[in-house]
Amino acid sequence: MCLAVPGQVSEIDSREGLAEAVVDFGGVRKRVCLEGLPEARVGDWVLVHAGFALQQLDEAAAEELLGWLSDPEQPAP
Amino acid sequence: MRYVDEYRDADRVRRLADAVLAEATRPVTLMEVCGGQTHTILASGIQQLLTERVELLHGPGCPICVTPLETLDLALALTELPDVTVCSFGDMLRVPGSHGDLSAARARGGDVRVVYAPLDAARLAACEPDRRVVFLAVGFETTVPAVAAAARWARDRGLCNFFLLVSHVRVPPALELIASDPERRIQAFLAAGHVCTVMGTAEYQPIAATHDMPIVVTGFEPVDILQGVLMAVRQIERGEAQVSIQYRRAVRDEGNPAARALIDEVFEATDRPWRGIGIIQQGGLGLRQEYASLDAQQLIPTDALPQPEEPERCRASEVLQGRMRPPECPEFGRGCRPEQPLGAPMVSSEGACAAYFAYRIGDVEDEIASQDPAREAQA
Ligand code: SF4
Repeated sequence: MCLAVPGQVSEIDSREGLAEAVVDFGGVRKRVCLEGLPEARVGDWVLVHAGFALQQLDEAAAEELLGWLSDPEQPAP
Repeated sequence: MRYVDEYRDADRVRRLADAVLAEATRPVTLMEVCGGQTHTILASGIQQLLTERVELLHGPGCPICVTPLETLDLALALTELPDVTVCSFGDMLRVPGSHGDLSAARARGGDVRVVYAPLDAARLAACEPDRRVVFLAVGFETTVPAVAAAARWARDRGLCNFFLLVSHVRVPPALELIASDPERRIQAFLAAGHVCTVMGTAEYQPIAATHDMPIVVTGFEPVDILQGVLMAVRQIERGEAQVSIQYRRAVRDEGNPAARALIDEVFEATDRPWRGIGIIQQGGLGLRQEYASLDAQQLIPTDALPQPEEPERCRASEVLQGRMRPPECPEFGRGCRPEQPLGAPMVSSEGACAAYFAYRIGDVEDEIASQDPAREAQA
């Protein structure tokens, strides 16, 4: 149930007193509550659960892990 | 999908499993806490890759499975009131209450709707002022900010017809309980990534320190799980007991402060019964006094409810605490199957019993074939 899906903010669209965004999940766009990430901007990758953006994805941390895993010369991270 | 597919890559998975086996000099037993992680482990054959050297036991992290029978019975009773709409996440619909489930209540004419987001339920209440809309608020700390945002929005708009049937649970007290078991076999936890995305790691420090157990906050894809296992094994080999984060792309030490503030505004820690386990001290979140007007319990007198009846043959308690694997339950695949579940762990897609059944692990294979050849042909 704690599934959360990464998506990219494509529009900030707050109304009715609620911080909201439109987030693109590989082509599927959904409205997402941004009350937990008021500083998110268009282009940011966010992790969404139950229509709520939980956190901004740390792209550098993601690349670091994958970089190691792609390079067989390096020791395990 | 970006940030997902790369973490399922078979070569990366194998390299990490090899690294674990190279570094684990003696057998270890770990527990992954979250049902989503359990699913990944079974779906991608991680236990087989790790051999018996590294045993993974499955933890209590299936919110659907631990939602108490009383809550379900209350939800079922609410569907019988003429002006009430019960909104729920889809996974709750087939969880058995004492007498039937929500999908049966809907078939009987109850107004039960599946929503994807708690805010959708609040908006429904705003659109339909003549109905009382109840959201069945289940889930771990991951889900609570979304519910808190809906509660605050409803209150700020002065909605009088939006209610929450709250059964939120907190992970750290459950881990404390499992870690304190005098017969405990596990040496480390792989903690639930998205819970810590919200909450951060501070609550886990005392558990690691008191029980001398490494806790590695881990993600949900095969690469994440194996890196989490590797980090835990390294700590065990060095005799350390730290809280560390594998799932760096989504978890910061402090969690998400804005989401935590939202939780704190609406909810406070409270004792809560976990289905199959019993009351866990401070093991849940309940509405604060300021939000008590949203409490759905007031809609129905609790003495009007049936006495909760748990099927005696279900061994969910042992399964949820990692004392028993699902195939060891005598009912597994026999009296208890996804289409006719005895207990919640066989219903929820994240329940450990459902996961073992789905991936045909244990001796269920022969049982299925002997009982229903058509089903086997389908699979
Ligand atoms: S297999 Fe069914 S009866 Fe056995 S513990 Fe799991 S849910 Fe309960």
